[in-house]
Amino acid sequence: MEDNMRLRIAKRIARELPDNSIVNLGIGIPTLVTNFIPGGKGILLHSENGFIGLGAPAQPGQEDPNLVNAGGEAATIVPGGCCFDSSMSFAIIRGGHLDYTILGALEVDEEGNLANYTIPGKFIPGIGGAMDLSVGAKNVVIAMEHVSKHGEPKIVKKCSLPLTAPKQVNLIVTELAFIRATEAGLVLEEIAEDTTVEEVIKNTGARLIVAEKLGRF
Amino acid sequence: MKPIKTPQQAIENMRDGCSIMVGGFISCGRPLAVLDAIYEKGLKNLTIISNDTSKEETGIIKLVMAGRVSRFIGSYIGMNRIMGEKLKSGEVKIELVPQGTFVERIRAAGAGLGGVLTPTGLGTAIAEGKEVLTVDGKKYLLEKPLKADFAVVKANRADKYGNGFSAGSSKNFNVAMAMAADHVIMEAEEIVEPGGLDPEKVTFPCVFIHTLVPVAKPVKGGK
Repeated sequence: MEDNMRLRIAKRIARELPDNSIVNLGIGIPTLVTNFIPGGKGILLHSENGFIGLGAPAQPGQEDPNLVNAGGEAATIVPGGCCFDSSMSFAIIRGGHLDYTILGALEVDEEGNLANYTIPGKFIPGIGGAMDLSVGAKNVVIAMEHVSKHGEPKIVKKCSLPLTAPKQVNLIVTELAFIRATEAGLVLEEIAEDTTVEEVIKNTGARLIVAEKLGRF
Repeated sequence: MKPIKTPQQAIENMRDGCSIMVGGFISCGRPLAVLDAIYEKGLKNLTIISNDTSKEETGIIKLVMAGRVSRFIGSYIGMNRIMGEKLKSGEVKIELVPQGTFVERIRAAGAGLGGVLTPTGLGTAIAEGKEVLTVDGKKYLLEKPLKADFAVVKANRADKYGNGFSAGSSKNFNVAMAMAADHVIMEAEEIVEPGGLDPEKVTFPCVFIHTLVPVAKPVKGGK
């Protein structure tokens, strides 16, 4: 997907984050959300390897071997940050103290089921923090391309890939659509400025309930 | 006071077939000097319990490449293609665990608990063959404690009683692992006299640590 489409997803998600929230960003598109979080809102990023207050990547020559992000890259910590061990970090996640987790996905379905850690028959990289994050965070936001590299819908009726967590997804944001997972099903609340409801439906494998007041982003 | 040893002396009692917890997250807080000594000693048929296998071909990966690891328990192996090959060939038995469950199973073992009840993994492949318990109407997966014969952990600074301090994100799995093994070896970049460590800033209480190994500070700017 083109960079501007990835940035569009990140930008829309950033608008969703309330003041003073604690947010964990996965790798890929979720990481781009940092570009759009305005200062002064009191939003702090949680890094599951052991701190709250993840800052910008460390400048070359300024790397601290004791401070890395969840991808293992040299990181910084903002004023007001705090450090802890992995047990505390996952207590924060699993205990419902994390406001938002922004994750990528391979598939999401009508029930809010999420599949994002493995494709059977291919290499299993592992689970990392994905299962705990999707089960524990108060809000689970999926940031992903609307369709796969092969043009197939990633929002489907029923996930065919092994689940990361059942019924935990709250929001799905793609370059085409802003979709909320509800008890009634997936509600299409907003579409991108350069698409139509028909195009979104055509590229979605799940039933979409189109909101009465459809927004644009 | 705890004995201060070289990496080679610290692993004198390690034998083929033992289980070893290794602290660290990717390259952060990794006890590489003791891992090198394990490699040099030629120990084999090892069970390695570590969150990940890191990116570089050092430490755990070096042992894996030499065919010394028969079993690996952790949460992520995707950073290094070597583990993918070993998983495929079946040469290393690999058990993948959600990261939060991984650390809490270790902490449970160290804290004398009979396991962990977690919602993580319910309704997924992780739950297969495991007991599901209902507490106050909510379902949880029973995950059993995880312990080892040895744990190798890393601190920035330690005192001679074995109290340790770890900065930033280098605490990671080191803290729980220090609680959950029969013998705990702590690498420290600096070893000070009792009183040289602020008791309010102790990451590892001395009670968990058996052996101290002084090591060099990592070079700044390294990965």
